[in-house]
Amino acid sequence: MKTFSYLVPKTLDEAVSLFESHSDRVMYVAGGTDVMVKTKQGKIAPDYLISLKHLSDLDKVKMNPDTNELIIGALATHRTLETSTLIRRQFPIIHDAVQHIGSTQIRNVATIGGNIVNAVPSADGAIPLIALDGVAKMYGPNGERTVDLIHFFEGPGQTVLEAGEILTEIIIPSQSSHTGGAYQKVGRRAAMELPLIGVGIVLTLEPDSAVCQKARICLGVAAPTPLRTLSAERFLTGKVLNEDILIEAGNIAAEESRVRDSIRGQAWYRREMVSVFVRRMGLKCLKRIEETN
Amino acid sequence: MSTEIKFNLNGNDIQVTVKDHWTLLYLLREVMGLTGTKEGCGSGECGACTVIVDGQAVNSCLYLAVELNGRCLITIEGLAGPDGTLHTLQQKFVEHGGIQCGFCSPGMIMSSKALLDENPTPTLDDIKHALAGNLCRCTGYTQIFESIQAAIDTGTEDVEVVAWKNET
Ligand SMILES: Cc1cc2nc3c(=O)[nH]c(=O)nc-3n(C[C@H](O)[C@H](O)[C@H](O)COP(=O)(O)OP(=O)(O)OC[C@H]3O[C@@H](n4cnc5c(N)ncnc54)[C@H](O)[C@@H]3O)c2cc1C
Repeated sequence: MKTFSYLVPKTLDEAVSLFESHSDRVMYVAGGTDVMVKTKQGKIAPDYLISLKHLSDLDKVKMNPDTNELIIGALATHRTLETSTLIRRQFPIIHDAVQHIGSTQIRNVATIGGNIVNAVPSADGAIPLIALDGVAKMYGPNGERTVDLIHFFEGPGQTVLEAGEILTEIIIPSQSSHTGGAYQKVGRRAAMELPLIGVGIVLTLEPDSAVCQKARICLGVAAPTPLRTLSAERFLTGKVLNEDILIEAGNIAAEESRVRDSIRGQAWYRREMVSVFVRRMGLKCLKRIEETN
Repeated sequence: MSTEIKFNLNGNDIQVTVKDHWTLLYLLREVMGLTGTKEGCGSGECGACTVIVDGQAVNSCLYLAVELNGRCLITIEGLAGPDGTLHTLQQKFVEHGGIQCGFCSPGMIMSSKALLDENPTPTLDDIKHALAGNLCRCTGYTQIFESIQAAIDTGTEDVEVVAWKNET
């Protein structure tokens, strides 16, 4: 394998200045499940890898008690998220997704930040976080900034991160009561599979009725970047939710999706699966709202 | 660049100098001669290279050796007792036909061990979830699941005995 030097900064500032002083063929690395595979295959050839794994506190998942925001450190592994009771109880949509990313061995090292920054159209990790209105926090040579996660992606493998910038946290705003979410990766196999399509939905109902106050429908693999189907969301808002309405929303979302043919599946099938799984995940959201209220 | 690292290997504290770009798998097989850990795909898909780092199963083919510094590593060589007595999991794999060609076995057993150390009474679904990253092209998996269930039935004490012998 290509040789490289491995640099281990302890603080964000140290990481950024290492990046700037080696600006040729330098890369950040977190869990390395993507970087190592690509380096071995010769698709990338970094001279310096700057590890983000030892930056303190960025691997934590916690609630901010003052604001009720959920703070997910970018260096948190999928396994940390999978085994977190906070996530399982209060954000089951995140659990739905992370438990099926790769294998136990991959989840033990691969990070949510690496998954998001990779920005491959088939990534699982970002969809639930976008459906939850997540915000990405970044730190770089010009200091700190935030952007709504839906606007973080610019194309396959492309994000708003500028050279030397590090994704530090994903912030999930406080959730209203009577909110439920669900995600499904649709693939041919139950495990070790990238999605043909990924469907993440979050619904909020008015406290004493089945009227939809807010809807988020986010699709993975349905476009070059994660896609929110805004017409389907608008269609649901203000309606009394039931299966018929969700079927219609599924059809609208399928129309809005920009699916294509690829080696893993064909566009017509993907479109069909969008409508099926928008309905199913919608029903699952309603069930989860009922169970928690 | 080279770095000197210290870690615990199967109960023994050791110190080695590694090149930054070495994978843990390379260190084990090519430098230390510990060839029990296998290389299958080399890209995290097959699990033949699974080892346990700080209690967690990882693919040693994607894990950098320098990252071992200060950590505790268990490989398949660490399971049998000094007198060659097999670990319960190994014994049950033999008894229940969980081994055919044997190439996936070290990885299967390390993933199983990581699971049982964390959850001594997993359901069949838990076992399947934990082993999803370990491919076997011979057994069809049924005998492997039966081997693990048989190890569970012998009681957790037996299963953990060798595992954590060096931590106390
Ligand atoms: C066998 C296998 C199965 C997989 N299965 C799935 C799957 O089911 N679903 C899925 O979505 N993905 C899957 N993946 C892809 C990959 O494991 C995940 O996307 C993973 O989350 C990447 O995280 P990492 O920490 O390993 O990233 P790394 O490889 O460390 O980094 C990936 C990229 O992100 C950059 N980066 C990482 N962290 C940061 C940060 N905080 N700030 C700025 N830049 C950063 C790196 O420079 C690099 O360009 C799989 C991979 C393998 C090998």
